[in-house]
This record gives sequence, C-alpha cells and structure tokens, in this order.
Amino acid sequence: MKTVPHSPLEPSSLSKWLAGSAVVTYALISLIPLAWIFMTSFRTPEDAIAYPPKVIAQPSLVGYVNLFTTRSRVGAAELAALPPPATWYEGLVRQQQMILAGPSRFPDRYRNSLLVGFGSTLLSVVLGTLAAYAFSRFRVPGKDDWLFFILSTRMMPPIAVAIPIYLMFRQLGLNDTHLGLILLYTVVNLSLAVWLLKGFMDEIPREYEEAAMVDGYTRWQAFLKVVLPQAATGIATTAIFCLIFSWNEYAFALLLTSGTAQTAPPFIPTIIGEGGLDWPAMAAGTTLFLLPVLVFTVLLRKHLLRGVTFGAIRK
Amino acid sequence: MQWAQPAAAVALPPEPADPPLRPAVHQAGQRPRLARQGLSDRALAWLFVGPTIVLLLAFNIFPLLWTIWLSFTNFRANRPNAAVEWLGLSNYRRVLNNEAIWETMRTTAHFLCTSIALQLVLGFGLALLLNRRFRTHSFWSTAILLPMMLAPAVVGTFWKYFFEPQYGIFNAIARFFGASGNFTMLGDTRLSPWAIVLVDTWMWTPYVMLLLLAGLRSIPQYLYEAAEVDRASEWIKFTRITLPMVMPFILLALLFRAIENFKMFDLVDNLTNGGPGSVTELASIHLKREAFEKWRTGYSSALAIVLFVAIYGMSLVTVRFLDKVKQR
Repeated sequence: MKTVPHSPLEPSSLSKWLAGSAVVTYALISLIPLAWIFMTSFRTPEDAIAYPPKVIAQPSLVGYVNLFTTRSRVGAAELAALPPPATWYEGLVRQQQMILAGPSRFPDRYRNSLLVGFGSTLLSVVLGTLAAYAFSRFRVPGKDDWLFFILSTRMMPPIAVAIPIYLMFRQLGLNDTHLGLILLYTVVNLSLAVWLLKGFMDEIPREYEEAAMVDGYTRWQAFLKVVLPQAATGIATTAIFCLIFSWNEYAFALLLTSGTAQTAPPFIPTIIGEGGLDWPAMAAGTTLFLLPVLVFTVLLRKHLLRGVTFGAIRK
Repeated sequence: MQWAQPAAAVALPPEPADPPLRPAVHQAGQRPRLARQGLSDRALAWLFVGPTIVLLLAFNIFPLLWTIWLSFTNFRANRPNAAVEWLGLSNYRRVLNNEAIWETMRTTAHFLCTSIALQLVLGFGLALLLNRRFRTHSFWSTAILLPMMLAPAVVGTFWKYFFEPQYGIFNAIARFFGASGNFTMLGDTRLSPWAIVLVDTWMWTPYVMLLLLAGLRSIPQYLYEAAEVDRASEWIKFTRITLPMVMPFILLALLFRAIENFKMFDLVDNLTNGGPGSVTELASIHLKREAFEKWRTGYSSALAIVLFVAIYGMSLVTVRFLDKVKQR
C-alpha cells in the first residue's frame, strides 16, 4: 500500500471513489425520466405503449408531426383513393390511417410563452434594478419593512389571489390577454428581482459611483455608466431566473387564459387527450418545452444557489 | 439633468491658487451638491422604488383585500349580477367546521411531512458525498440539479406516462428489481399519495442538496483540524461540528420546501388531479375546485384567507431565519 503523505482532512482516494460512484448512480437514476421522455418523443404511438417497454425502438418523427398538426381519421378505401402524399410529414400522417387537417395550436402556445416570458422578464428586471439600486444605496424610510413586504408577496399561494385577480381582469378586459399575463408575472417576479439584485448591488463598492460623481457625473449618469455595467452578471442571472419562472408558471395561466393568450404549460397536458393517448406527441411537446430550461440551468449553475434562496446564500 | 456635467466642467479653471493634487475635491466643494445632481437622492429613491411598490399594491395587496371582503359575502363569480349579501363570519365558520377541509389539511400535512423528510435525508446524503470533492463532482452536481428547474405542470404530465400500469417505465423498473405484479400508482387509494411524494422528491431533492452543500462548504476547516488534534472520532466530528454548523441551512431548506409544498398546485393538478376519489386532494386543489369549478367565491375566499394566514406564519419564521443565516 502506498503511503502518500496527505492532509488528514483530505478524504482518502477510496472514500472519494465510493462517494463518486454513489453520486453518479443517483444522478443516472434521476435522469432516467428525462432521457425516457426524450426517447419517447422519437417513437411511434404503438412503440410508446409496447409491453414490456422497449428500450431500443425504431426512431420516428411521428410524435413531432402529430404535435404540429391536426388530423382526421378516414376509411381505408378513401385513403387508398387519395393521390400520393405531397410531403414527408403527410406520409407519416397517412401511415396512421389519417389525413392532414391543418396546423395545431402548439406553435401559438409556444409563441405566447416566449412573448409573455420575455415581456415580463424585461419589465421586472428594469423595475427590479431601479428598486434594488435605491434600496442598496439610498436611505429609504422603512427600508427593511418594504423589503419584507416585497418578499412576503411571493409567499402568497397563487390560487388564493387568483379569485380577485380573475374578477379584476374581467373588469379591466385583461382576461386571456398577453398584457394581463405579462403584468401578473412581472409582479410575481419583482420580489425575486429586487432581492437578488439588491444582493448584487451591495457587492459593488460605493466608491466607484462616488468617484464618478466627484468627477461631475450626476447620480443618474453614475448609475447608468458605472453601476449598470458592474451589475451586468447579476442582472443577467436575475433575468434568467425570471424567465424560467414565467416559462414554468401554470396556475395563473390555467385560470386566466383559455385561447389567444394561453401559454404552453396549460396546453401540454391537453395534447395527450387529442385523438387517443398520443404519448409521443406529448413527449415531443415536453422536449421542446424543457430544452431551453435545461440549457439555461447549465449556464446558471454557478448562481443557482443564490437564485433559489432569494440571494440569502451567496456561497 | 444634462446641463450639469458641462457646467461643472466649465466651473473648473478660475482659481489660480488651485492645488494641482486635489482638483476634484476642490470642484466638489465649489458647487452645492444638490444643484449638480439634478434630482435629490431622496426624490430619486422614491422614483426608483415607486413603480415596484405601486405594482405590488395593485396586484397583490388590493386583490388580498378584495379576497378578505369577498370572504364575508355570498358572492358567486359566475353570477355577477345577483345581489351580494353580507354573511359576517359564517363562511369562516363553515370552512373550519367542514370535515372535508380538515381531510384535505391532513392530506396536505401527510404530503408535506413525508416528502420533506425524504428530501432532507436524500439531499443531506448527496451533499455529504459531493463534499468529498471527487473528480467531476461539479459536473454531476449540475446533472442532479436539472429536475428542480423544470415546470411542475409538465413534470406531472409526463410522470403520468411513467406510472401507466401496463407500459409505464416505473413498473418496468420495479419488475427489474424483482417486484411482482403491477402497481397502479395513480389509481390505487393507498399508492397514489405516495406517487405524489415520489415525484416531488425526485424534483426537489436537488434543491435540498444544493442548500446543504453550501452549508457544508461554509464550515471553516480549522474546526476539523482542531478535532483532529484532539483525536475525535468521525462520529463526534459529525455530531459536534458538521450537524450544528449545517443546522441553519437544514432549517432554511425545510422552511422553503414547506412553504412551496403547502402552495403546491401545478404538479398534483396534472399528476392525479386530487384523485382517485379525493385521496390526493391537497388544500390548494380543493380551493381550485371550490372557487373555479363550483364557483362558491365567497366561501372559497374564506378558505384562501385561512391558507394564506398559515403560509404567512411560516414565511415570517423563514424571513427571521434568512436574516440569521445572512449574519453568519
């Protein structure tokens, strides 16, 4: 046995190896659902309900075709009488004894999610940055109370405020509109934005702005030209967190939208119902919906802790 | 505001006795501070904070007050033109005397306690292992974190597919490990409360792990060095150093999870929708049914206020805790 002198606090290589394999085992098991949903999206509906479940199956784009189209079932004779399919996806539709009826609502729902997500993120980051700067630098009377008030709004269960918001939106004509959802998500995100950004602002030394102001900048110019560039990482981190929240939000979207402004989360569960149990189409929608979040999570990994604890733990 | 800068620049030259080493200080002293800044700091502060406060008041406090008012009435949102009667406390009396409500509270409590206990055990275990800093540990910790960032509604939807008794992968894996028969996880009144616990644990164990890993990394090494000098056993080191030092983080994770799971709606709404029967009908699912399916607006407002008070109590404790953790 090698006797390498090492600090008694450094874990031995055997214990590191054991810890590593335990963690890898957990990680692989916990990633099975994600891998499985990804694989299901490239299967045929028949393979998706095979018993026992197939690990390897012939890849197919039927799920994606079904996700983006609506179809109607026709008889075998009628199907045989049709001219050959004009496109590859029409061919895939015909294979299921169906003909193409038109595009599905999925692209619209996805676009709504993007619009509402980016709109509310922009608003909450702009407002949050201003408020966070003020809380970080100025003597605001009752500062701690305001900050607590802002945080406490996040604690409200969405369903509890949904009733009056539903009534309020009905009065204002905001039900099922993009603007309504954008405003609502902005408000929900503001608490996170203010708390996170205040933490980032607190880390920027005051001396920078003071020096700039001594050199003749106004407070506003110092804020724009000195503080904002310094806070860029923090602002980007906050923006991604707000975006992910708006992207994932379900309860308000379910209760306050039904058609024009409906986002993807309330729509995806309804995919399964259309035309029997179409698991591959649901999996395809899920894959397209989750991918951006997975990418952002990897980008955010250094700041995740800070984001999910409202900036309380900074590592 | 724009004129201020050139004016300050022009104001520079006049004095001949200007000491060359301190021009900036001199300049600052020469003009009154307020005039150069355009707006006073105080005005700017309210300008910056104002929009946030106004939005929060309009979309949070106003709706909350409205809910309180509704909770004293018999208003029904699907009959907006009917006469509204003032009922006093009777909605609250009905909520608190309703056996069905207490049943949903018990369901919520069961879900809360079991899922959080599982997450704490698994999350702490993983954090201790990751803290050994084996090679590639940061890659694997990122991989483990992925589930917690996903949309709970979508997670609930695709787990429904995994739980399918015949072709679902959950049963396939159970059979692989030697289980006999099929589990109808979502159709069995005894199993489905555990189905939501399982999915919630899959999703949120990473969260607990992340917080506790930060806790472990905040422990100063010299404590362990001192223990080493005293020849303390591993058990003593764990119970006397690791556990007490990580405790604030454990409590913080516990509170955050408790609040989130108490509010939990989207995952369960899609996974079981409260069924079979009402065995997984959490308080928030029950509230949605009363408010948006039966349209008993006044009654459900009272229920909403009861839930809100409970969560608000928990969050008060959390914020006190955040302050404590921050001070360390």
